[in-house]
Amino acid sequence: MDIYILGQQLLNGLTLGSIYGLIAIGYTMVYGIIGMINFAHGDIYMISAYLTAIILSLIFSLGITSLPVVLLVTLFLAMAITGAYGWAIERVAYRPLRGSTRLAPLISAIGMSLVLQSYVQISQGARNQGVPILIDGVVRLGGEEQFVQITYIQILIVIASFIGMAALTYIILKTSLGRQCRATQQDRKMAAILGINTNRIISTVFVIGSSMAALAGVLVTLNYGSFDFFIGFVIGIKAFTAAVLGGIGSLPGAMLGGIVLGMAEGLFSGFVSSDYKDVFAFALLVLVLIFRPSGLLGKPEIEKV
Amino acid sequence: MSMQQKASLRKAVIDGFWSGILALIIFGPISGLVLKGYTVQNELMRPLLIALVVAVGRFLISYLIQTEKGRYYLGKLIGKRDAGVTVASLTKSKYQYLVIPVLVLAGLSLPLVLGKYWLTVVILALIYVLLGLGLNIVVGLAGMLDLGYVAFYAVGAYTLAMGAQYFDMGFWTMLPVAALGAALFGAMLGFPVLRMHGDYLAIVTLGFGEIIRLVLNNLLEITGGPNGASAPSPTLFGLEFTRRAKQGGIPFHEYFDIAYSPSYKYIFIYLILFAVVCLMILFVTRLKQMPMGRAWEALREDEIACRSLGINHVTVKLSAFMMGAMVGGIAGVFFATYQGFINPSSFTFFESALILAIVVLGGLGSTVGVIVAALVLTILPEVLRDFAEYRVLMFGVAMVLMMVWKPRGLIRIKRKAYDIGEPAS
Repeated sequence: MDIYILGQQLLNGLTLGSIYGLIAIGYTMVYGIIGMINFAHGDIYMISAYLTAIILSLIFSLGITSLPVVLLVTLFLAMAITGAYGWAIERVAYRPLRGSTRLAPLISAIGMSLVLQSYVQISQGARNQGVPILIDGVVRLGGEEQFVQITYIQILIVIASFIGMAALTYIILKTSLGRQCRATQQDRKMAAILGINTNRIISTVFVIGSSMAALAGVLVTLNYGSFDFFIGFVIGIKAFTAAVLGGIGSLPGAMLGGIVLGMAEGLFSGFVSSDYKDVFAFALLVLVLIFRPSGLLGKPEIEKV
Repeated sequence: MSMQQKASLRKAVIDGFWSGILALIIFGPISGLVLKGYTVQNELMRPLLIALVVAVGRFLISYLIQTEKGRYYLGKLIGKRDAGVTVASLTKSKYQYLVIPVLVLAGLSLPLVLGKYWLTVVILALIYVLLGLGLNIVVGLAGMLDLGYVAFYAVGAYTLAMGAQYFDMGFWTMLPVAALGAALFGAMLGFPVLRMHGDYLAIVTLGFGEIIRLVLNNLLEITGGPNGASAPSPTLFGLEFTRRAKQGGIPFHEYFDIAYSPSYKYIFIYLILFAVVCLMILFVTRLKQMPMGRAWEALREDEIACRSLGINHVTVKLSAFMMGAMVGGIAGVFFATYQGFINPSSFTFFESALILAIVVLGGLGSTVGVIVAALVLTILPEVLRDFAEYRVLMFGVAMVLMMVWKPRGLIRIKRKAYDIGEPAS
C-alpha cells in the first residue's frame, strides 16, 4: 500500500469528515432534544451555500478585497441568516406538531425539504452556480515525485471546524444557555416546570444547528467553488449517517462520527471504487442502524410504554 | 362569565410588522439577489412582495384570532386533531349500489373519449394510484414510514426489462415474476429493519432506495447504467401492437383487419391497468377487514399493546412490507411497459416523496383518499402546465399544511358498520 496515497486519502477524509461533523451537529442536537429527524437540515446547508455566493458578490461589489474581512463578514452573515432559516422552519413546520404522532413531524420535514429545494430552484435557476477562488496555494509534504498535498483551504476547513466545535462545546458545557439545553434534552416537562422556556430552547437548538451547517456551507463553497440546489440531499444523508455512527444525541459523537465516516469514505474511494462511495456510505448507515443503533458514543434507547 | 376583550389593533400591527421584517431577512437574499456568474442581479421586488403578503397575512390572523367569530372560523379551518374513528352508517342510500358499477363502466369507456395524449396521462395517473395503494398499506395501515418505496418500483420495472433482454420473456410472464420478485425483495429488506421504530426505519429504507438506484446506475454491463434499458410492450394472446410484428408474429391490427393506430397499445395497457387497479382496490378493501389488516392497524396504533396481546409483530409487519412491495413491483412493470424504456433517473428519492405526498394528502390509511389524491396530483400538473415550475413547491407546502392542519387526511376514514341484529334478551 502506497503510504502517500494513504496519507492523502486520510487527509482528504479528515477535511470531508470535519464538514460532515459540522452538519451532523444539527441532526444530533435536534434529535436529542425533540426526538425527530430534521429532514430539511441538508437543504439548510444548501441555502447557506447560496448565501455564501450572494454575500461574496455583494462584498466584492462594495470594493472590499481584504481577505480576512471578506471571510469574517461572509461567515457572520451566512451563519446569521441561515440561523434565521432554522428558526423559521421550526416555527412553521415543527412547533405546531408537538405532541402529534411520531410520523407527522418527519413527513412535515420532508415537505419542508421539498419546499426549500424548489424555492431555491425557482428563484435562483436550476443551473450550477459558483464562487471565484479566494484562497489558493498548497503545502507539500514528501519528496519530489511522491507527496501528500494539503491545500490552504483544507487547513482552514479543519481549523475552522475545530474552532466551531470547540465554541459549541464550551456553550453547551459551561454557559447557562447550555445548561438549559441539556436540561431540556434530559426531561422536557421537568425543565419546563423548573422555569425553563423550553420552546425557546428548542428554537435556539435549531438556530445553532443551522449556523453550524452554514459554517460547513461557507467552507465547502470556498473549497469546491460550485454548487446547485440539490447538493443538500446526499450530504444531508451522509451527515445523518455520521450522527448515527457517533451515537445520535451525543455532541462529541457527531464530531467523531463525521471524521470516522469521512476517513472511511476517503479510504474506500481511494482503494476500492469511487463510483460506489455513496453506496458505501449508505450501506454503512444501514449496517450501523441494524447492528448498533446506539452508535459509538450513544446510550441505548429504552422502549417506553 | 366571559372576559370579552376588545380586539387590539395595535398588537396585530406589531405582529404583522415583525413577521414582514423576518420574511424580508429570510427571503431577501435568496429570491431577491439572483446569481449571474460571480455577480448578482437585483430582483428585490420579489422578496418585498413576499414579505408584504406574509405581513398582511400575519396581521389578519393576529387580528381575527382576537375576535370571537374569527376564532370560530379559524378553528373550523384548522380543525384540531380530530382523533377517533367514524363509522359508516348502516342504512344505505337508494342509489349507493349503483355507484361502483357506474364508475367501472365510466372507467372502461374512457379510451373511447380520450385522445392518445390524455390516455397516456391517465395511464400514468393510474400507475400512481397503484403506487399510492401499495405505499398506503405500509405507511397508512401498518404505520411504517418507507422512504425508499421507489426501490420496489425500480425492481418491478427492471425485472421486466432484464427479463426481456436476457431471457426473452414477455410482459405476461414477467408480470407475476416481477410481483413475486419485488415481494421477496421487500422481505429481504424488511426483515432486518423491522426491529426499528418509525424514524430509523424511514432513514434505512431511504438508504436502501438510494443504494438500489446507485447500483442500477453503476452496473453498466448488466443494466445499461444511465443509458437505461428497453422494456417490451404487452401482447394480446401473442398479437403485437406494433405496425410490423417481429419475425413470424401477426400484429393486432392485421389480425382484425383494421387500420393501424399507435394508440391501440395504450388503450390495451390502460384496460389491463384499470382491471389491475380495480382488483387491487377490492383486495385492499377486503384485506382491511380481515384479521391481517386489523392487526396492521392495531400495530400502528400501539405496538407494545399488540405484542402483549400475542400478535407476532414480525410476521404482521413483514406481511405489510411484502404486500406493499408487491404492489410497487406491479406498478413498476406497468411503468416500464408504458414508457418502453427505463433508466435509473426515474427512480430517485423525489419519486418516493411524491408517492408519500399522495398517501399523506389522501389521508393515511384511506383507500378512496389515496385514489383521489393520486389522480389529482398527477392530472392537475398536466392541466396547469403554466405552473409546472411550482409543482414541487406546492407538494411540499401541501405536505406541511396537511400535517399541521389535517393530519388524518382530507377524506376521513370510515369504518364499516355491521348489523348484528337485535340482541337476544
